[in-house]
Parts: sequence; C-alpha cells; structure tokens
Amino acid sequence: MTLDGWILILVFIALVAAIARPLGLYLEAVFAARRTLLSAVLAPVEDSFYRLAGVKADAEQDWKEYALAILAFSLVCTLALYGLLRVQGALPLNPQAFAGVAPNIAMNTAVSFVTNTNWQAYAGESTMSHLTQMAGLTVQNFLSAAVGIAVAIAFARGFARRGASTIGNFWVDMTRATIYVLLPISILLALIFIALGMPQTLAGALPATTLEGASQDIAVGPVASQIAIKMLGTNGGGFFNANAAHPFENTGPIVNLIQMLSIFAIGAGLTITFGRMVGDERQGWALLAAMGALFLIGTSVAYWAEAQASPALIAAGVEPSAPNMEGKETRFGAAASALFAAITTAASCGAVNAMHDSFSALGGMVPLTNILAGEVIVGGVGAGFYGILVFAILTIFVAGLMVGRTPAYLGKKIEARDVKLAMLAILASPLAILIGTALAASTEWGRAGVQDAGPHGFTEMAYAFASAAGNNGSAFGGLTATNTFYTYAQAAAMLIGRFLVIVPALAIAGNLAAKPVAPASAGAFPTTGPLFIGLLAFIIVIVGALTFFPALALGPLAEATADRLF
Amino acid sequence: MSDKAKPASLFDGAILRSAALDAFGKLSPLHMWRNPVMFATEMVAIYVTTLFVRDLFARGAETAFGGQIALWLWLTVWFAAFAEAVAEGRGKAQAASLRRARSELMARRLVGGAPQPPTAASDLKIDDVVEVVAGELIPADGEVVEGVATVDESAITGESAPVIREAGGDRSAVTAGTRVLSDRIVVRVTAAQGSTFLDRMIALVEGAARKKTPNEIALSVLLAGLSLIFVLAVVTVPAFASYAQGHVSVIALAALFIALIPTTIGGLLSAIGIAGMDRLVRFNVLATSGRAVEAAGDVDVLLLDKTGTITLGDRQAVAFIPGPGVSERELADAAQLASLSDETPEGRSIVILAKDRFDMRGREMAPTHAKFVPFTAQTRMSGVDIDGTRIRKGAVESILQFASVQNGASHAPADVRRAAEAIAREGGTPLAVARNGQVLGIVHLKDVVKGGVKERFAELRRMGIRTVMITGDNALTAAAIAAEAGVDDFLSEAKPEDKLALIRKEQAEGKLVAMCGDGTNDAPALAQADVGVAMQTGTPAAREAGNMVDLDSDPTKLIEIVSIGKQLLMTRGSLTTFSIANDVAKYFAIIPAMFAVLYPGLGLLNIMGLSSPQSAILSAIIFNAIIIPLLIPLALKGVAWRAAPAGQLLARNLSIYGLGGLIAPFLGIKAIDVIVSALHLA
Repeated sequence: MTLDGWILILVFIALVAAIARPLGLYLEAVFAARRTLLSAVLAPVEDSFYRLAGVKADAEQDWKEYALAILAFSLVCTLALYGLLRVQGALPLNPQAFAGVAPNIAMNTAVSFVTNTNWQAYAGESTMSHLTQMAGLTVQNFLSAAVGIAVAIAFARGFARRGASTIGNFWVDMTRATIYVLLPISILLALIFIALGMPQTLAGALPATTLEGASQDIAVGPVASQIAIKMLGTNGGGFFNANAAHPFENTGPIVNLIQMLSIFAIGAGLTITFGRMVGDERQGWALLAAMGALFLIGTSVAYWAEAQASPALIAAGVEPSAPNMEGKETRFGAAASALFAAITTAASCGAVNAMHDSFSALGGMVPLTNILAGEVIVGGVGAGFYGILVFAILTIFVAGLMVGRTPAYLGKKIEARDVKLAMLAILASPLAILIGTALAASTEWGRAGVQDAGPHGFTEMAYAFASAAGNNGSAFGGLTATNTFYTYAQAAAMLIGRFLVIVPALAIAGNLAAKPVAPASAGAFPTTGPLFIGLLAFIIVIVGALTFFPALALGPLAEATADRLF
Repeated sequence: MSDKAKPASLFDGAILRSAALDAFGKLSPLHMWRNPVMFATEMVAIYVTTLFVRDLFARGAETAFGGQIALWLWLTVWFAAFAEAVAEGRGKAQAASLRRARSELMARRLVGGAPQPPTAASDLKIDDVVEVVAGELIPADGEVVEGVATVDESAITGESAPVIREAGGDRSAVTAGTRVLSDRIVVRVTAAQGSTFLDRMIALVEGAARKKTPNEIALSVLLAGLSLIFVLAVVTVPAFASYAQGHVSVIALAALFIALIPTTIGGLLSAIGIAGMDRLVRFNVLATSGRAVEAAGDVDVLLLDKTGTITLGDRQAVAFIPGPGVSERELADAAQLASLSDETPEGRSIVILAKDRFDMRGREMAPTHAKFVPFTAQTRMSGVDIDGTRIRKGAVESILQFASVQNGASHAPADVRRAAEAIAREGGTPLAVARNGQVLGIVHLKDVVKGGVKERFAELRRMGIRTVMITGDNALTAAAIAAEAGVDDFLSEAKPEDKLALIRKEQAEGKLVAMCGDGTNDAPALAQADVGVAMQTGTPAAREAGNMVDLDSDPTKLIEIVSIGKQLLMTRGSLTTFSIANDVAKYFAIIPAMFAVLYPGLGLLNIMGLSSPQSAILSAIIFNAIIIPLLIPLALKGVAWRAAPAGQLLARNLSIYGLGGLIAPFLGIKAIDVIVSALHLA
C-alpha cells in the first residue's frame, strides 16, 4: 500500500461528501416543484410532456397507483427494448451491419437495462448497433435511473407527510428526475469526457494496420454520451466489453476519478434530500455516514488485499512484485482498481476498470460482500436509498424496543405491517441469490458456464446471481453466462431484486404517509448520533453475514484458507 | 421495581412442578402453531426423530448423534413451553386466591323495595338491585344506590384497612367478593356474571384471555421473516456442497437451521408478555389488555391530579411569621395553644410545627380552666380562652376584625397584612393569630408537596415524559405548587371537560397521554386517554372507561405503570438482540464442522477449537436449548430499567445483550464441547 493510494481513497470520500449537499438540496427543490436555475428553460419542456401524455401534474397517486404505474412503465420499456434488439439488423445507424440479437440474450438484456442492472450477456462493440446503443440502451440508462430516483422520493415522502393518502405522481417524478437531474448532468459529463479524449462519433469501426502488418478494426462510436449516464445512473453497462478498463471508455486518471464520483453523486445526494424533506438534514447525514463507514471498511480490505503480491506468482516461484497486477490496468494500479471495484459494487453500478475475477480471494470477496450487503452502501440511484431505509426501519424496530418504547422512526410508529413489508423487501435478494446459486451449483446448465475449479468457480456463480439480484450488473468474470439457463435465471433474479423491493418499499411509504408524526422526545433515541449510525451499519452487516455465511464459506473463504490455488 | 409488591420467589416449587407438566400439554402442534419459530423447531424435531428411528433399524452410522440432536431439539421446544407455563403458573396462583373469594356468593335481590329469598349470585342480571348487610359478601360488581358502609376489600386489593362505600359521589363502586363490615347498602348490579371485574382479572392473570399485542405481532413478523431467510440459507447448502463434490448430513442441516432461527426470543416471547401483565397485577394494577401495558411504555404526557398525587392533600403549617414587636416563639406558643383542641390536619400541623421548632410539648390544660372555642363558618376562626386571655387563629380578615373589636380601635399592622399577601401570592394560605387585641402574626399554611415527587418528576423528564398537574386552584396557587413540585406544566381551575380538551390537544400533536381519575366526571377523559388508570375506589363509570384499574387507588402509580410498560418492551428487544447476536458463534461452530471435510482450510474458522465436527454441532444445539431456561428468570423479571435518556439505555442494553450475545455463546459452546467430548457423547 502506498501513501498515494490512501490519499486517493480519502480524497474521493471527501469529494463525495462535498458533492452530496449541493446536489441533495437541488434534488429537494426539483421534487418539491420549486423553481431552480434550470426552470426557465425546462419548465415549458416539462409541461409539454404532460400535455402530450395527458398527465395532470398535480394529481397525486396512492402507493398502489404509484407502484402500478412503475410496473406498467417498466413492462412497456422491457418489451420495447426487446423488440428493438431483435430487429436492429433491419434498422438504420448500423454501420457494422450487426444482425438482430438472439431471443434469450435480447430478453436478458432488456430486463437488465430496465431494472438498472445492466448485466451484459453480450459484448457491446460486436453485438449492438449504434441505434440500439443510443435509442435503446442509453434511453433505458436514463429511464431506469429515473424510476429509482422516483421511488426514493416517494419513499421519503412517506416519512415527510402526515395523515396523507398519496405519495406523489410517478409520471411527474420520473419526468423531473430525467430532465432536471439526469439529462443536464449527463450532458455536462459527456462534454467533459469528450474534452478529455473520449470518442463520440456515429462512424463505424476504424480499420488499422498493426506493426506486424495485420489489419485490425478499432471500434468507436457514441461512447462519451453513453458513459456519462452509465456512471451517473449507476447503470454500468459499458459501450465496450472491457467496460471502464477500455482506454476509450476510461481515458485516464482524471476521467477515472470523475467517473467514480458520478457513480456515488446522486445516491449520496438523495440522503441529504431525504434529510431536508423530513425537516432535519442530520437524518440524511446519518444515513450517509453509515454508508460511508461500511464503504471505508470494504475499500480498505480490498486495497490491502490487492496491494499484496499475487499468490500465483509466489506459487510459481517467480520473484513476486507487489501489488497484484493481474487483471488490472497499469494506468490505474492497485489503489484506483480496488477503489473502483468497491465503489461500483457498493453503488450497484457494475462498471469495472479491473477484472474482479483476478483479485485475490479476499480482495474479490469485498465486491461480492458489498453486493450481498443488499446494495445499500450508497447503492443504485434511488435503490440504495430506499434499500438502506428498509434496514433503518429494522434497526429502529429492534433498537426502539431496547429503550422501552414501541419503535418509531422520525416520529412514525413502526408497526407490524411495516415490519412485514420491510422483511419482504429484505428477503427478495437472498431469495434470488441463494436459489439461483443453488440451481447453478447443482445442475449441469449452471456448471457448464464456470471457468475455474473449486471455490473460485463457486464464487463466479454466486457473484453472478448476487450481481443480478442486487441490480449491480458487474461481472466477476470467468463465467460464461450466455446459455439459456443463465440468461433466464439471471433475468428472473434481476426482476426479483428490483420489483420485489420497489413494491414493498412503496407500500411502506403509503403506510407511513398515512400515519401521524409523534414529536421527538428524550424517550426516543436520536437517529442522528454515532450509536444509531454504528448500529445501522452493524445490522446491515449481520443480516448479510447471517444470510450468506455458508455461501461465503464455500467460496472466497474456502479459497483464502486453502493451501493451494484454484 | 416495586417495593410494595412482594418479591415472589421466581422458582416456587409448586409452580415449577405444575408448569413442568403443563409444558407437555403445550407441545401440541395446534398450540405451537401460534408461535412460528417454535412450531418450526417442533417440526424439525419430529423430522430428526423419524430419521433417528429409521437409523435405529437401519443401523446407520449417525444413530447416537442423531438421537442426541433429536433429544435436544425436543428439549428446546419443551423449554419454551415450560417458560410459558411458568409465567402462566405464577398468574394462576394469584387467580386461585381470587377465585376462592368468588366461590358460593349468595344474593338477596330487592324487587320494588321488597326483599326476595336468597339466590345464587350467578343468577343476577345487570340492573338487578341487591341488599347487602354487615358480614355479607357483595355478590356482584355494582354501584351503591342507597346507604353507606365500610367494606373490606382485602380479597382483591390485599389492603387490610376497610374502605367506605356510599351512594352518590365518587366512592360508590363495589366489587364482587368483598365483604361489608358495617351497616347496610343497596347495590345495583353493573356487570353480568362472567364479565365481572373478578372474572376478567382471573382470565387475564391466567393468560387465557391473552391476545397477542400489536408490538408482539410485529416482533413475531420480524422473527418469522428472519426464520424464512434462514430457511433459504440452509436449504441451499446441499446444492452448494454438491458443487464441491461433497455431501452434508441432513441432521447437521437440521441442527444448523434450529441454531440459526431465533429460538431464544421465540421461546420466551409469550412468557415475557404474561410476566409483564403479572408484574402489573403484583403491583395491584389490573390492565384490561396487554395493549394498554405496551401503550404505557410509550406515554409522552402524564396528567396528574394535584391533590393526593403531587401534594399531601391537606394544608400544613410551614412557618411562623411574627408581627412587629412579637417574637417567633411567642407567636408559636399562642398558635399552638389555639390549636390544641383543633383536630383538623391544619390544626395538628401547627402543633407539630411549634413542637419541632421550639420543642413545645402539648400541655396539660385542665388546671388552667381553658375553654376551647371551635371553628364555625360564621366566625371563621377557632381558639381558646384561658383565664381571660382570648387566643384566636383564623382567616386574616376575621382575626383583624376580632383584634380591633378587642382593642376598641382599628389596629391593623401593615407588616402583618403584607406578610399575609405575600403568602397568598406564593399559593399558600395565611392564618392570622391574635391574643386579645394584639395581632401576633401569621402562620403560613401551605399545600405540601409529597416527599420525593420532585425527584420522580425529574426522573420522568429524563425518560422524555412531560408531567402536567391538574388542579382546581387558581393560576397563582397552581403555578407556585407546580414550580415547587417540578412539574413541567399545569392546568389551573380545571373542570372535567378541560381535562378532556387537554388530552385531545396533546393527542392531536401525536402524543400518548396517561391519566388517572376516579369520579364519574373523569370517565370521558379516562376513555380518551391512551392509558387511563381508574381508581378502585372510583365510580363504576370511571372503572369502565379506563383501561387499567389501580386496586390501591394510588395515583402516583402511573409512574410505575409506565416503567412496567417500558420494561416489557425492553425485555423483548434485548432478548431479540441477544438471540440474533448468538447466531454468529453458532455459525462459527457449525460451518467448519460441516465444510471442513470439503475444504480442510475451513478448519481455520473453528476458532473455538471444538473437538470434533459432531461435538461442535451437538454443543451448539445444547447451548441453543439450555439458554432458554437460563433466561427464564430474566424474561419473568424483565431487564433492569432505570430512568435515563434513550441513548444511554440503548448503549447499555446493546453492550449487555448485543455484545454479550456475541461473546457468551462462544464461551458457552466451548464449555459444552469440553463436557461433551469428555463424556464421549460425540
């Protein structure tokens, strides 16, 4: 480990904290429908959308209507994207003349992008036309992120409102998230990326002659515009198969840092937005602090593990040089690779600038545990926020009892129905991950895709299902997930991980919104202090640990404790 | 907790014996069904038992091990049933003594004023009118409509001093099974047989009428949810292991599942609830539902009547303020003389104050030919004439007039008037004393705040509970007493409807309000309050309106009721935390035992150094089982509670039950493993 490495990690955390507040305040203003800097330009645009769609902006929905709108919207998006993928061969902007995508891959991809997972069972540069990348995938990068933000805002309203029957209007929240938040920031980011050397063109691949005289196609395309939202919306689906390790997709250390910051920006900002909405900003900072504590622990372990020499080199009798550089870009090195891996898995983004499969056993366990923790360490845009609040509800329930009160969070009593819904939301991802991994591990369909033997191969499968259910989308690597089993099982995991959390979360919001707010008293313990932050972090860890201990034991732990390499 | 409640032995032999038997009856799946965690445990126990029986015939390799696991699983279920039975047994013991009081009650009805032949009390209907004379038991809950009598209510209150029950007013309620000691009363029956106060009380303490409370339901949901997660975690293990070309024994899986699901809190949950109710009953408070007990823990605002709760209820002399040219001793001497025959609390307090301050003893008055002048509403003073010296004490204006008449001239010392006004301003009552024509000074009478209440209110404030004093006094007096007692707020010149309005206002702000009351005019407020404690001495209307009845009629008990409610919730939370924290150690025992065959490196996870895989699994299961009976005393007594800010309470309970829950099983399982391997059990 080097001082430079630690400085990078700490500077990153400081920058996230610095971004969170202004962005959070801006988000709060946008969703409270107050005028912002951009209103003069965008308000007419917004209104014209509502007129076109026949949406009454001030007609609010109860949680069922809100959830139904999301489900219907997501279904239509999935079908539309599936259609586009299948027929892209007959459509324009296809300079490489790619054929339509196979049904199982198309279905997997459609579900993946609509659920904000962006698991890629394909290589972008050799499968997708420019039209598909732009009008299909990039559009979903925006919309799936906007859905996440909308749910987060609706959930926060559940706490902010009292005696209310509605939690907002999905169409309005989704529209505002897209045109006031995602689009302007993405445009800004894309311009910065272009300035820093990222390609943005509609031309086809460039033919090149290598030094050996062979000819080679160098893929280019509208990269910058897709990468901006890929990071900002925690989508993670790369333009290129190598994702953020590709020099066109991640042109250097500065772009790398900006990309890492954009992954966390909205997720961190939403906690502050929440604090402002419930009238106490510290409540938001407390959630962010719990996320930050877990993040710092994971990142430190990953960096420590990756700063060690590769055990493979030691075993081969080669004079090893630390750090472990297998699967890493020399441009980034151990610290930036470990940090990126921790960020992308903590935040349910899934972009990678190094191959997680090549991390050491413990280093690779960090991305996996980040995902298994429920994607709440900042988490996916919106999803991480409502995810951590579900954990906060459980924390409050147990802690509240321990101080001798029926538990209340932010003045809202946590009752049987809330606990039931919270447990349902928490059950979703273990259900998909454990059942999915069990099917993969015990069937020929599943084992067929595994590259490595022993516990490492097991980790590859577990990671794949964790990534899908956590709507992360990053691949551990090593696994070939294009067969029928994986494409469909992964799609199911993605849907469960997305909608079996969103629907209970909205139900909780509806339930809470209707409740009165009890004033804070000395009898209720403060949910802003270090005690609550620590307890929340601990509950997240212990729920994850208790759920996945057997899987972790047979995967990374077995590998780490073994006296041979797998 | 309470210094009044008799510290009943937790392990009364008779209760334990009958509980041990009752526990077998509770093993019925139909009964267990109500408790998902224990139901799951029982199902697994049945499954492991059938495996054991099969192995017995098939001579399987794991027969002895499977048999022991099955045994301990059954013990786990039985321990949980036993915990519930013990809690119920303690209530039943109390119910039995109540029931004796109810047996064989006879009633003499009056129809149109004419007595009827005696009938069994069970034949009485609501609105029947019965006559009860000295020596008889009151046959049914009711209201005195005629007469006044002393009644021995010790059967239900445990208080041996008889109480007065009379028609009209706020002391008209009588309870079935109590004995009339003097006089004759006519009682109108207000509760049908089977739903009398005594019936409800018996049902509640026996646990028969116990419904799950809202918080208990929420906690059960949490526990069931956790169990479901563990179902997933365990059923997927064989598939995971198959990838490593391994096999995991079903018995080990069953053991892992039971070790993980929260059996500790699941097994003790209903015992905690029953014990909470029981603690209340031991405290001579009856709750009509467990819900009310829980609500008590959440109370934000306490409404307390001033008289009897905050103050002693009688004004007491606290100071002698002499007039010009009079010594304090002289004034005290005169005041004492004037009060010697005054049997009112005020008079007695003057005698006592003089004695305390100047060591003046009550004197032998006979030789002095003293003639006592009693207080009358016309003169508004009392006193004594001794050999021509006329000493009077009384209302300031009356005494001044008395003095001026004696004096022959209007003589009102300005200092005395000022002192009297100052006392009135502070909420006290000035009492002037005159000897012949001379006004000697003022005795300061005041509503004395009960000893220790200030500390208790400070305690409540630390708990986050606001106290509001209700009084009929004027604002000035109320403010003075409020300041002295340390209440947070007061409602002066309060009428019953003001109380109701205040409760509604606090509730509109989202607060939970507790109050106590006894009069019929308190009934609406009692019904409106989240926790309404009616006094046993109160009217039937008040008792029906409240959700608790205090048999001792002691309004300060609200404070204990609140702490019992809090303790109940805290016990649940702490044991839940303990139960979940235990899982970490159990994983570290069982996972290496299951997987070290597949990957020997995982033996590193056996940080406890358990002797063999089978011994590790067996030790974890034994720990899981015996922790239940070990925690029964805690479940019944409740975790220690003291008034402190929530943050401190949480930190304390987390360190004891969270951290303790992490560490304890590591030590416990290791110790059990040492014994298990020494005995060659596995």
